[in-house]
This record gives sequence, structure tokens and C-alpha cells, in this order.
Amino acid sequence: MDSFTQRRRRDLILAAALAAIAACVPLFVKDVYVQNIMVLTLMYAALSQAWNILGGYCGQISLGHALYFGLGAYTTALLFTKFGVLPWFGMLGGGIISALIALALGYPTFRLRGHYFVIATIVIAEIGFLLFHNWDYAGAALGIDIPVRGDSWAKFQFTRSKLPFYYFALVFCCVAWFITWWLEDSKWGFWWRAVKDNPDAAESLGVVVFNSKMGAAAVSAFLTAIGGAFYAQFVSYIDPESVMTFQFSLLMALPAVLGGIGTLWGPVLGAVILIPMTELTRSFIGGSGRGVDLILYGAVIVVISLARPDGLIGLFSRRPASKGVPQ
Amino acid sequence: MTTPLLETRGVWQRFGGLIANSDVSISVGAGEIVGLIGPNGAGKSTLFNLIAGVLPPTQGTIWFNGENVTQMPAAERCQRGIARTFQVVKSFETMTVIDNVIVGALIRNEKMRDARRKAHEVLEFCGLAPRADKLARDLIPSEKRRLEVARALATEPKLLMLDECLTGLTPLEAQSGVALVRKVRETGVTVLMVEHVMEIVMPLVDRAIVLNLGKKLVEGKPADVVRHPEVISAYLGDRHAVGA
Ligand SMILES: Nc1ncnc2c1ncn2[C@@H]1O[C@H](COP(=O)(O)OP(=O)(O)OP(=O)(O)O)[C@@H](O)[C@H]1O
Ligand SMILES: [Mg+2]
Repeated sequence: MDSFTQRRRRDLILAAALAAIAACVPLFVKDVYVQNIMVLTLMYAALSQAWNILGGYCGQISLGHALYFGLGAYTTALLFTKFGVLPWFGMLGGGIISALIALALGYPTFRLRGHYFVIATIVIAEIGFLLFHNWDYAGAALGIDIPVRGDSWAKFQFTRSKLPFYYFALVFCCVAWFITWWLEDSKWGFWWRAVKDNPDAAESLGVVVFNSKMGAAAVSAFLTAIGGAFYAQFVSYIDPESVMTFQFSLLMALPAVLGGIGTLWGPVLGAVILIPMTELTRSFIGGSGRGVDLILYGAVIVVISLARPDGLIGLFSRRPASKGVPQ
Repeated sequence: MTTPLLETRGVWQRFGGLIANSDVSISVGAGEIVGLIGPNGAGKSTLFNLIAGVLPPTQGTIWFNGENVTQMPAAERCQRGIARTFQVVKSFETMTVIDNVIVGALIRNEKMRDARRKAHEVLEFCGLAPRADKLARDLIPSEKRRLEVARALATEPKLLMLDECLTGLTPLEAQSGVALVRKVRETGVTVLMVEHVMEIVMPLVDRAIVLNLGKKLVEGKPADVVRHPEVISAYLGDRHAVGA
């Protein structure tokens, strides 16, 4: 077995072990506040994993993923409250809608060089926010209160305990990680990294750069919407402020950037550090402190990118730092 | 006469007011090693870009294997069997050497396992096997050049275009580069190469084509080409040509 296969197997075993440990944690941690933070940490780990597919592997930085998150949340909430459609179908529908919108957004911007894509993502997400803010059918600024119909997996509602949400978030996180793991050693994974490093060279080797970006965008948006749908069920009340603001876009990107952009473990590592920190500062500073926490993350990111451009995962790297001339 | 593997017919490329290629018609037969030479700014790399499909020519047509590929995008031309290296090395810097080559191998191999095996073979062929797990950015310049060749070969091309892949190497490195090009040709791949250093390129090629100021100046056997007065004047200036 070569070193490559060994490394992949080691990653898989490590992931299984971590997942097993994470599954046992609620047996010991009964505090609802802490459980809440754990749910959010897992959710953001998954979301950042999704963001990382497009932003990290394919190199197309998006600062508008709140749009897909919001679409997932709204699709689920609307279908359930207006038509009684079970959240699972809303989740799927939201994923598909988000993927389609990501493709529509990529179509004009992925052909362009430079920073058009990242600017477009910010603008489109802002437009999405404004549309939902003014869309009366979807509750406009007031949002949607998801009516409680009793605890059940079918309706994906649980009022008495956070644990079902915790386990769903854990599965979501594992799935997102596994998809990334699988894609890493697929032709898509190779195309994406090639496109990120050098699109001209990629194209000369038969990689259709445009299609590669479109594929990454669709997968990334789909997974992000799943997270949004989950979040809607978790908090059971959504409005544009709580699911579609720029802050969410940042919170999806930052764990990957912090932990190690374009790496398999970066988003998980980043989320485990960043999300509890976010929640704690938020509760210290209080609800009025909006923005202060953002300044904090900003500072963290600046420090990290100066000290460890490869992200914190670089600290664990088995590969010696790339320096000097090998002979 | 059999149809050539590659043919450009009356190809023009304008960049605004600048004419980088004017009415260039060349042909390369299967199995040949053809050298494309000319002074700086002659339009060699531009012609490479037109052939590889980086941009369509302003005018004229490009034929590969009997097919008009003038409007075909680069990736599709690679599929058809055109591979190239870049004058300014374009490695996938954050990827390992083997992963760089796998990207090329994927075009002919559906399964990752096959692509990986192919990539290992190519690295072996190019003498880069010991570097397989290094990051591309950690290679020394001559190895990066070799990696470009390896990556291109992994696409199993019919035509390999080398843009100054021997330039900037030590004489020893250049010599092993020449050996590699010979080895490539022995596997049945046609080679079109741009090179400045006459001493290196002339013994290697079957035929040389000289570009100057975007135009084709002369073509022929290397020995004849280097004695041609117009070539001498293009390289050394008119004064030298008079005495020749
Ligand atoms: N994309 C471009 N836009 C504008 N001008 C260009 C472009 N590419 C090349 N040129 C110009 O076209 C001319 C030919 O350039 P080209 O790179 O083809 O020359 P070359 O023969 O490869 O030279 P060298 O030996 O220096 O590599 C030059 O004057 C160059 O500045
Ligand atoms: Mg050139």
C-alpha cells in the first residue's frame, strides 16, 4: 500500500474515531447552553466544509453563501407552513434551488478573470436579503414562525431536547466531510485544485475550467442549503436578519480560512475553535454587540494569515515546511 | 502526399495595432521534431497559443490531423492530441508532483487508479519519480521544466509543443533535456519546439522554421537555415548578413 492510500485511510479512521467521540459527548454534557454551542459548531463545520469545496479547493471565494443558507431555510419553512410539506422535502428542494441559483450566478461570472465572482456573490446575496425582507408572502421583515406540531423525526421538530438536532448536525458534518474526502481523490477534486492553482495550465491539460467551477458551485450551494434547512428547524423561527445577513457568509468562510483553506480538516478545526468563541463573546457582549464579534474574527484571521498562511492545520502537517532547494 | 499532422494556413494574430503573427503557414508531419526559432518577440509563443487554442487567430485556419480546429477550445484540442508546455512555467504549485501529472492523465483515464498509474509511468519516463511526493513549488527550475513536459505527456499527445523548455538550464541539464526530447520522439510523439540556443536545438531537430517580426522567414534543414543570410541578419543585424 503506497503512502497516498495510507494517508487516505488514516484520515478515514481518524474521522470515524472523532465522530464516535462526538456521538458520546452528550452522554456527559447535559447543559443545554453548551449543547446548543455544540450543535452550532457541528453545523458550521459542515457549512464551512461546503464552502471549502468552492472557495478552498476550486479557489472561487464566495462571500455570499448566506444566500444559499437562507434559501434552504426559507424553502423548508415556507413549504411546511403554507403547504404542510415535510421539512425533509423542503431541505431537498432548497438544496436544488440553491444549486440552480449558484449555476445561474456562475454562468456569467466564471468566464471572467479576476474578482468578479466574489463581488457578484456579495451583491447577489444582498439582493436576496432585500427580496426576502420585502416579500410579504414570506413574512417580509417579520419572517416565518414555524408552528410546533409535536416532536417527531418526520416533521423534524423537537421541543424537549436538543439531542436529535445534535445528532443530525453530527451526521450532516460527517456527510460533508466524507463528500469532501471522496471528492479529494476524484477527477473533480483534481480539476478543482488545478483550476485554483493555474487555470491556463489546467485548460491546456484538457480540464474544462468553466465546467469545473460550475460543478463546485453546485455541490457547495446544495450542501449549504441543507444547513439552512436544518437551522430553520433548529431555531423554529426565521427572518432575513437571522439567516441571510453577510455575517453568515463570513461565518461559513472563516472556519475554513482559519483552519486551513482547501484542506480536508481545515473547516472542522476552524469551526471547533471559532464557533464556541463566537458564541461565548456574543453572550458576554450581549445582543447589542453585533459587529464587535466580527471585528474579533477579523483580528484572528489577520493574525493567522500572517503567522500561518496555510491555516492552523499547518501545525499538524507531516510534510516539512516548504523551504529551500531539495537536492 | 500524406496530410501533415499539424498545419496552419495563413494565420494572423493582431493585438491592437501590433501584429504578432502575419500570414504564418507552417506544417508539421507526424513523427517529426521541428524547431521553431526566431529572435525575441518574433511571435513564436503567440503561434503556440494559437495552435493550442488559448485564443483564436484573427485570421487564418489551423488544422490538426485533418480536422479544422481553428475555433476549438484548448481543452478540446488537448483531447484531440495537442499538448504544450509554457515558456513561463505554470506548475500547480500547491499540488505534489504526482498530482500535477495526474491532472494531465485524467483526460485519457476515467478511473483515478488508472490515472495514478499512468502518472507514475510518466514520472519514471521523465526521470522525476524520486520527486513524486514533493510539492511542485519545492522543485528546482530544471525539475519544474521537466514536470511541465511530464504533465503534457500524461495527456498522451500526438503533438507535443515545447516552449523554451531547455532555456535557462545548465549545459548538463540541457543535455539531459535533449535526451528526453529524443526519447519522447522515439515513442512516436511529434515534437514542435521553440528554442533560442542554436547549439542545442539544431542538432536535435529534423527541420527548422524561422519566424521574424511575426512572419515566416525560412524553413528547411537546420544546417541550411543557420547559413541563410536572412536568418543571420534577423539574429545579428543587417551588417553581418552583408558579409555572409
Ligand atoms: N496577449 C498579448 N497581448 C498583446 N501583445 C502580445 C500578447 N502576447 C504577445 N504579444 C506581443 O506579441 C509579440 C510576439 O510575442 P511572442 O511572445 O509571441 O514572441 P516570442 O517569439 O515568443 O518571443 P520570446 O522569444 O521573447 O519568447 C510581442 O511583441 C509581444 O509583446
Ligand atoms: Mg516566447
